[in-house]
Amino acid sequence: MTARKITAVTDLAEAYDLIIVGAGPAGLTAATEAAAHGVSILVTDESDGPGGQMYRSITRLSESQFAFLGPDYWQGTSRVKAFNASTISYAPHTTAWSLNPVEDNTGANTSGTGVEVGISLAGAARLLRARHVILATGAMERPMPIPGWTLPGVMTAGAGQIALKSAGMVPAGKVVLAGCGPMLYQLAYQLLLAGIKITALIDTTDRNQMGKALAHLPGFLCSPYFFKGLKLLAKLRSSVPFIRGVTGLEATGNGHVERLRYRKNGQWQEIQADLVMLHQGVVPELSLANSAGCALDWNPRQLSFQPRLDGDGQTTVPGISIAGDGAKIGGADLAEVSGRLAALGALSSMGVLEKARKADLKRPLERMLARFQRGRPFLDTLYRPSDGFRIPSDDQTMVCRCEEVLAGQVRSAIAFGAPGPNQLKAFVRCGMGSCQGRLCSLTVTEMMAAERKVNPEKIGFYHLRPPVKPLNVGELTSLPTSREAIMAAGGSDHR
Amino acid sequence: MAQLERCEYVVVGGGVVGETIAWGLARGGVKPLILDAGDCADRASRQNMAQIVHTLTRKPAYPRAGPNAPWAVGQGFDPVEFHLWAYNAAKRWPQYAELLKDETKIDVNLIQNGFFGIHFSQAEGEAACKFLEKISIATAGQSTKFELLDHKETHKRLPNIGPKVATSVFFPKDGQVNVLRVLQALNVALAGRGCEYRANHLVNNIEPVAGGFKITGEWGEVQTEKVILAAGRGNERLAPMVGLSSPLFRSKGQILLTEKCAPIFPNGYATDIVQQDTDGNIRIGNSNVLTTDSNLTDPVGAAAIVQRAVQAFPSLAGLSIIRIWSGFRVLPPDMAPIYEQSTSAPGAFVVTVNGGVCLAPGHLFNLAPAILAGQLGAEYDPFKARRFCVPQTS
Amino acid sequence: MFRKLVEPQETVTILFDGKPIKAARGDSVAAALLAAGVGAFRHSEISKEPRAPYCLMGICFDCLITIDSVANRQSCQVEVAEGMVIQSQQGLRVIDGRVPE
Repeated sequence: MTARKITAVTDLAEAYDLIIVGAGPAGLTAATEAAAHGVSILVTDESDGPGGQMYRSITRLSESQFAFLGPDYWQGTSRVKAFNASTISYAPHTTAWSLNPVEDNTGANTSGTGVEVGISLAGAARLLRARHVILATGAMERPMPIPGWTLPGVMTAGAGQIALKSAGMVPAGKVVLAGCGPMLYQLAYQLLLAGIKITALIDTTDRNQMGKALAHLPGFLCSPYFFKGLKLLAKLRSSVPFIRGVTGLEATGNGHVERLRYRKNGQWQEIQADLVMLHQGVVPELSLANSAGCALDWNPRQLSFQPRLDGDGQTTVPGISIAGDGAKIGGADLAEVSGRLAALGALSSMGVLEKARKADLKRPLERMLARFQRGRPFLDTLYRPSDGFRIPSDDQTMVCRCEEVLAGQVRSAIAFGAPGPNQLKAFVRCGMGSCQGRLCSLTVTEMMAAERKVNPEKIGFYHLRPPVKPLNVGELTSLPTSREAIMAAGGSDHR
Repeated sequence: MAQLERCEYVVVGGGVVGETIAWGLARGGVKPLILDAGDCADRASRQNMAQIVHTLTRKPAYPRAGPNAPWAVGQGFDPVEFHLWAYNAAKRWPQYAELLKDETKIDVNLIQNGFFGIHFSQAEGEAACKFLEKISIATAGQSTKFELLDHKETHKRLPNIGPKVATSVFFPKDGQVNVLRVLQALNVALAGRGCEYRANHLVNNIEPVAGGFKITGEWGEVQTEKVILAAGRGNERLAPMVGLSSPLFRSKGQILLTEKCAPIFPNGYATDIVQQDTDGNIRIGNSNVLTTDSNLTDPVGAAAIVQRAVQAFPSLAGLSIIRIWSGFRVLPPDMAPIYEQSTSAPGAFVVTVNGGVCLAPGHLFNLAPAILAGQLGAEYDPFKARRFCVPQTS
Repeated sequence: MFRKLVEPQETVTILFDGKPIKAARGDSVAAALLAAGVGAFRHSEISKEPRAPYCLMGICFDCLITIDSVANRQSCQVEVAEGMVIQSQQGLRVIDGRVPE
């Protein structure tokens, strides 16, 4: 049997045993693992093909022409092959915009609950039921709010990777990479191998972190990342001008980025740039989990919120599990193991896999998990973005790109006593735009935490509600309604 | 041990209602303390259509007694009083906005150029007008002007009206305001007058004591001479603590918010189904679900709302919805406000309203001074909660 | 700003603000425009500042552009097609064919 591709909502069933949101590393392996147990599975993904961001466009690229993307990328081919050979339904170009635990009166679920997933595809929307949902929505770039970051030509390192993989595009002209973290160096490495001359790599790694990271060094030395990292950095150092110890950045230009200013040793200097790629790590993309009411905790080492999970990847909301970078940042290998574990957990929760068998299957995976986790604390600590780059000091820096709210405005509102990020929206519209706070939520939480001198956990985050991605009026109107709903919408005097 | 903090006035609730009353008290020379809930509290002030309408546009449907309505509407309530109150409040909105602007330099974008009640059948439009006629007569003309427009006339004023709209009722003096700006301005005004606003101060208990009330929460306690309950749905729980009652009807509504776009209506017109705020986002409402306990987003309900809106304004079809608000209204059982002073504890006042934005000037110019004077006069009698007869337990 | 590593095997012609652009089949509109050297995709709604793609993965909403008369489409999520008409956006989206007052 092979994966069945869904191209219209009419191809969808009303209910599935398992719905997996995201076809990146975690989603691919979760689907493949679960499919072996004979449950009905739907995998939805926004992109045009499987692979997520890590293995983006892997089915469209020629391995010979893009060999330089490296074995970490090309290992995805086998994952996609296994996925395509599984008995699943796969819906690309599909956005999941809502996730709601619901009562399940069909008796199909032993817990009496199920999950409702709102999706849209090809201009129409549907509400689907599942006994269980695994979110494998991956990560997104941590915002890096520097003055001028909204200028055309300023993009993320992730965007650079997507341009490379999905369109075979490389920077032309003066390209400057700025920030810190393995993904930045990996992009630089791939561009180098592709024959691109990188003008400079401006490294904002916080020098104070090296000492703290040393405590985790032994784990790193035994990890798969150590040798990969060494080789990569060695090649970079010999070919790319590195500017280290940078504590401030500003992009300037007229209508487009023309220069990147950077502060080193207290002095501001500048470098010409046609393209700037920023990066300071990735964080879990939590919008669906957030909107479904899953408990989220602050991870002080990774400086982001992450869902509270049990050993099976199950969140605090029954029927909803999370796997991969969408749960906790760890990279593709970790995501793949996590996906398989989440699948086993979901199967067990559905009563399809009995406990003892689950434990047997989990054991080798848990060992792999431990192995892939080694080295992460070192990387997380070493490349922890400094306060100055997470919390903009310049009042003129834009914090909310959608509503164009500046740092100074946010600080005034905080001073006024807004209780938290949600009330802050009422003061300065921060987070009220289309991106729903994906690019400003962390900044706002951390700014409030810093001003109030409390832990970000105490401040909280924007509470999202469906739709977590914009939903076209046309798509929503295509949703089958009920007479009740139409009567209820019949208008009223209530304000 | 820390000394118990003592105040003269405490306002419980930091939304438009609470902050307007606090501002009114401050303008009268006192410095009320405002206690507001936490960041994630349900807030009617942040999820509403922001409409300013001088009157009800149709006869309210009185709820039948039942599990959702353990009280029965008494005979004493006179909707005319409510109309007069709402009419006079909406009339003074320009004054309210002007005062806010003078004090804070913030323009709340008040637009009162006209409001349309959209109707999909001739019968509906006519029924609405009949009701409004009755009100006009009963209030001796002290009610909002209105005009029944046929499709052609409606189309002249709202060129993007859809063919399925049969009639509309046009209220020339009504409109909307930017509620977020109102909240911002109130915050600035209160701060400017030295009033303290404390968030994360959810009130758990209010105990009448000698000299006033002891108010407690997880944050500690405060003692006050006077307390004004303006906590929206929270009033239902708090009112009995001070010898008052604030029954609420359980009515869930959803409002859809779209991406920004250029003005879709001329003259800043507003309608009951669709209106656009001055930031460009369009609000689409408005549903009324009586049979649920869940305030979670209901996509099917939202679909029905938007289908109706597209019938009214077909050109909305291409827009993106970026947010759906859903929550329970602050809704006294007959839709009219509850304003009452406690007889067992005369320093306590309850203020529970549906349409706190619309009624804000009434709260500023009339209610706050009355509270300051220490006495709600006879004109507030129709708004007492005893008009809801709580059935005797057998 | 960007160039193609490999010459595309199949191309389509799209129009951007009236100018024809050759785009590789399978590319997103955002990628095609970037490859063609387009700078600003739009001018923002509030302060009219120039904006262009930032994340290329559908979460920043800065790549919004008008495609075949539909405004505010995320160009990084839409694949190019022969004859596609793309227009940059200035400020607020207009519906109804109405000119903003």
